[in-house]
Amino acid sequence: MIAALLVLALLGAWQLYADAGGVDDLILPSPTQIATALVDDRGLLWDNFLVTASEVALGIVAALLVGLGCAVALHLWRPLRRATYPLLIASQAIPIVIVAPLLVVWLGFGMAPKVAIIALVCFFPVAVTTLDALGRVDPDTLRLLRTLDAGRWSAFRFAEAPAALPAALSGAKIAVAVAVIGAVFAEYAGSSEGLGHLILQAIPQLETARAWAAVVVLAAFAVALFYALDLMQRHLLPWTRTERTP
Amino acid sequence: METQTASPVATPPTDPPAAGARLEDVTRRYGAVTAVEHLSLAVAPGEVVAVVGPSGCGKSTLLQLVCRLEAPDAGRVEAGPAALMPQRDLLLPWATALDNAPLPLRLHGASRREARAAAAPLFETFGLGGFERARPAQLSGGMRQRVAFLRTLLAGKPVLCLDEPFAALDALARSDMQAWLAGALAREPRTVLLVTHDVEEAVVLADRVVVLSPRPGRVVAEIRVDAPRPRRATDAAVVACRAEALAALGRTGGAPA
Repeated sequence: MIAALLVLALLGAWQLYADAGGVDDLILPSPTQIATALVDDRGLLWDNFLVTASEVALGIVAALLVGLGCAVALHLWRPLRRATYPLLIASQAIPIVIVAPLLVVWLGFGMAPKVAIIALVCFFPVAVTTLDALGRVDPDTLRLLRTLDAGRWSAFRFAEAPAALPAALSGAKIAVAVAVIGAVFAEYAGSSEGLGHLILQAIPQLETARAWAAVVVLAAFAVALFYALDLMQRHLLPWTRTERTP
Repeated sequence: METQTASPVATPPTDPPAAGARLEDVTRRYGAVTAVEHLSLAVAPGEVVAVVGPSGCGKSTLLQLVCRLEAPDAGRVEAGPAALMPQRDLLLPWATALDNAPLPLRLHGASRREARAAAAPLFETFGLGGFERARPAQLSGGMRQRVAFLRTLLAGKPVLCLDEPFAALDALARSDMQAWLAGALAREPRTVLLVTHDVEEAVVLADRVVVLSPRPGRVVAEIRVDAPRPRRATDAAVVACRAEALAALGRTGGAPA
């Protein structure tokens, strides 16, 4: 309710600002112009959305696989952690615009380089939150498991892994927002379709409203993905929503 | 719950071979702090021994030595395989009661189905009937301790080390749980080493009460409790033993914390 009012208020203010001629509408179209573009270009937007959406979906899946794999490997093997953790962080400092052309050269203009770039920007939050949660399991629980003859693998399987699952999903929720940005950058680097490609084309054609309409679709997609993951978290991990009563 | 009906042969809590525990002249230090010093204590197979003492007298260290979570700096520890019931229940928050109790069986390779089938028949006996599907957060403190005790029992080890199992409960729940534990041990006799700061609890439950001195912990008194079971806190013999234990604690200079 409050969220809806807040959005309406923001849109109203934006509309007033645009109507008053604050900025040229080639730079900032008004909400009504964007809404018109959303309706007029719906076919175009939808086709390109499907492309970007599948890139993002595949990218997030790849990020989850790689991120969880990294977290588990680094958790179970400390020397590897010490050796590669700085690299992991450094990988996030590389601007996408630098690696994107390289990936296009290696992987071509199809889906693969986009998925790779999205996975690259998304695996970090997943890996770090999961690795953190794996290491934060109550040491008393691990001691108890030792008295029950649990080996390293059992302790991981019965205590650490389930304890880290909620964190892994939280990491995925963070990743969703950057995944969409990652997709746009990836398409900028070389593509013939997708919402990022559409934006790239719309701006020199002075179709600013269309570019903004694409942004609206991207934002709505990110919000929808976020809540889908949230719903998944509630259903798959029901213990995380029950308050612990002493 | 399909697993309950799918257990024609209810596996009883494995009856482990009888074993006791013996500590001889044991010393354990943590840096500059000596937790226990020259401590000797023997628990006969099947005996229930309660250890009381002031806070920080090394009671928990004692249990960790018996469970082999710690090694002594000096002296010898000989004990049968021991299972620890920690003060905090440490149940797995994502698992139901029916999955938490048989955790030791899963750790020994049982499938989820086998583990549930082994634990299910015990839920009724141990006053947990109807709570099989509840997660720890949905259980009261007393119920959680029951699940934790069941888990300790299902470890199938002859020696049970109970570390202040009811310390976190309110007085009413605690006396309920003491009666419950007395009943549980009558059904499933085990060698028990019970650490507590509650002298009454010690006397109600144990065959023998061992009083430790303040740190470094040493045995200062041993009181045999011959009162018939089931005992109540108001039984004359229980009251007498309690007074004796409190007097011994008083001589140590440390108040029963």
